[in-house]
Amino acid sequence: MRRTLIALATATVAALTLAACGGGGGGGPLDSGPSAGAPSPSDTIKIGSANFSESQVLAAVYAQALQAKGVKVEQTPPLGSREAYIPAIKDGSIDLIPEYTGVLLQYLDKTATQSSSAEVYAALQKTLPAPLIVLEKSSAEDKDAVVVPKAVAQRYNASSLEDIAPHCGELAFGGPPEFQKRPDGIPGIQKIYNCSFKSYLSLDAGGPLTLEALKEGKVEAADLFTTSPNIETNQLVALSDPKNNFAAQNVVPLINSAKATDQVKQVLNSISAKLTTEGLIELNRQLDSPQKPDPNTVAKTWLGQNGLG
Amino acid sequence: MIWAWIPRNGALILGLLGQHLVLSLLPVIVGLVLAVPLGWLANRSRAARAILIPAAGVLYTVPSLVLFIVLPVILGTKILDPINVVVALAVYTVALLVRSVADALAAVPSLVVAAATAMGFRPGRRFVAVEFPLAVPVLVAGLRVATVSNISLVSVGALIGVGGLGQLFTQGFNNNFPTEVVVGIVLSMVLALFADALLVTLGRVATPWSRVGAGRPA
Amino acid sequence: MNLGAWFTDPANWTGPGGVPTRLLEHLYYSGLALVIGILIAVPIGAAVGHTGRGGFLVVGIANWLRSLPDLGLLILLVLLVGISLISVTVALLVLAIPPLLAGTYAGVANVDRSVVDAARGVGMRERDILLRVELPNALPLLLGGLRAAALQVIATTAIAAIASFGGLGRYLIDGQAYRDYTEMAAGAVLIAVLALVVEGVLAGVQRLVVSPGLRAVDTRIRPPAEPANDPTSPAPTDRSSHEMAGVNS
Repeated sequence: MRRTLIALATATVAALTLAACGGGGGGGPLDSGPSAGAPSPSDTIKIGSANFSESQVLAAVYAQALQAKGVKVEQTPPLGSREAYIPAIKDGSIDLIPEYTGVLLQYLDKTATQSSSAEVYAALQKTLPAPLIVLEKSSAEDKDAVVVPKAVAQRYNASSLEDIAPHCGELAFGGPPEFQKRPDGIPGIQKIYNCSFKSYLSLDAGGPLTLEALKEGKVEAADLFTTSPNIETNQLVALSDPKNNFAAQNVVPLINSAKATDQVKQVLNSISAKLTTEGLIELNRQLDSPQKPDPNTVAKTWLGQNGLG
Repeated sequence: MIWAWIPRNGALILGLLGQHLVLSLLPVIVGLVLAVPLGWLANRSRAARAILIPAAGVLYTVPSLVLFIVLPVILGTKILDPINVVVALAVYTVALLVRSVADALAAVPSLVVAAATAMGFRPGRRFVAVEFPLAVPVLVAGLRVATVSNISLVSVGALIGVGGLGQLFTQGFNNNFPTEVVVGIVLSMVLALFADALLVTLGRVATPWSRVGAGRPA
Repeated sequence: MNLGAWFTDPANWTGPGGVPTRLLEHLYYSGLALVIGILIAVPIGAAVGHTGRGGFLVVGIANWLRSLPDLGLLILLVLLVGISLISVTVALLVLAIPPLLAGTYAGVANVDRSVVDAARGVGMRERDILLRVELPNALPLLLGGLRAAALQVIATTAIAAIASFGGLGRYLIDGQAYRDYTEMAAGAVLIAVLALVVEGVLAGVQRLVVSPGLRAVDTRIRPPAEPANDPTSPAPTDRSSHEMAGVNS
């Protein structure tokens, strides 16, 4: 019996030690975010990012620019979806994260229907719960677009959603699951353009799954993002949105107002000023390259090119 | 495979590995602690066995992702709270081990139990000193299955945003980056095989009598 | 969260997103993988169990495959192969084969040696011994493996929804995407019910198909008689032997 007890004790101690060594670095797995609940010392800014590379490179840009001006920063490991990081920024686990005006507004208010840049931004400022604020928005937008293969565009001689509307019923559509219910998604396209697709395939948010489905011909139209370099490289055409169905998606820093000192605001606003949609496309092109470079390296290059590094 | 990615992200990988370890092991420990008394009960009373074993079977049948989603509703936790994963996996472990414990205790030869009683062991001491140690081999077999399957199931938790190696899968997916996914798979398997080997060794250490007759003096 | 409303809404029972369609898709993916899995694993397991050679290898491979994380494997296959039936079927196969293989092997290898000897004694050929003596006697463990495999496959098919595949998992993934927790819960209930029904049906099949003579055998788990010394003895490390105990309880 003694041996049994010794064995059990050893096992428990070993397991707990290993977990502490590894888990301690990750900030404890039972927290819903990085060191949940513990507000950082008042001069360090914790910068978070989402699970995709564009968010990660933007976070890296914010981090390095702030560091260059002497602000103490800490970059946290990427968090999953908004359900994970909005609570995290509310409770102080992170302080700053790059966001997009339209989807953030949608997340906070499911019924929001604003679509112009100015309207979305104004509604967002009103809807954000304290202590969260957004700083100045950038002109860079990562907007939704209905994308079709070049062959399809040529078949219907279509360059806009208006052109393709009468033929939508012949096309299978693919997009992220929430696009089916979002006001500016399928419902909006139907209402504003009178365009009803033949079928809907739930894919991912403008990621490899959607691209793959387009390439394989599983869908003939899909929701991709305007900053995706894949549109050009894969013979795809983004149909224009003349009636402004899709909500604006300006890049904007979401920050805890307690950490938004004048210096921080100045740095982040200057980044937003220099950021353009073309710039984002170029950043994504670099991140997508087969070598899969580190977002921090790509960020550094961009900052150098724009005199902010 | 972009090998350079691995050392560049060493801190991230180790952090996720640590989280994964805790999220898989905690349920096993909790599950074991709960399963031993329940299994003992099932062994003692036919009525208890008739209730507990089928109930365990039903619980084990429910797919993991389903349990991760349904538990927040029952427990009142937020849907993305890692506690859901820990509780769900603990439920699986209990469901699996209750049967193991019950059968293991039932397999202890009644002669041995009788001899222990005759020697003056009281029921409590007898359980701890005689019956439980003899049940260890079967228990370890059940623990191995539970641990390996928990390690695999924790990664499913990434779909509801819980940490661990599963994050490498979802991130690799989002960024069209098979290297990251492969690293996650390999680490998960290494973890599982390592835990399995550890349990086998612990089982052998805890049952020295099973090695007697293999040439070593007692 | 009003599950009752979701289930009584006729819109949820019709069309490409309705329960019947999703259920059929789910059964299609799972069934295909199980059938192929049986065609691969049972002959191999039976052959190895019958000849007694390669048992260590079989158990080792089954254990090694069992440690593969399902989500990771599915994602890797989709990234490398694309969104095709092949990706999801291969992923499901990798999960279905270990329990089937281990169950068949354990079943055949554990048939009472005296029974096999008697069969040889009456002059039966090896192939007849396998088909008419060993396999019927191996049914409890084999079917236990099938039940374990079926549950694994149903559970993983639910996950396949993240890679755009249909099936009941769509309610989980889509519901999560637009934060419709009622839909998520409805999907969860449907999948759980499917799993329970399939388990029940297979248990019923087991009762029907397994010879009454076998059912009377005490199939509770015993500690392995020769633990470390005999590498070919199938130690009860797989869920199938635990499932086997469920035959009589």
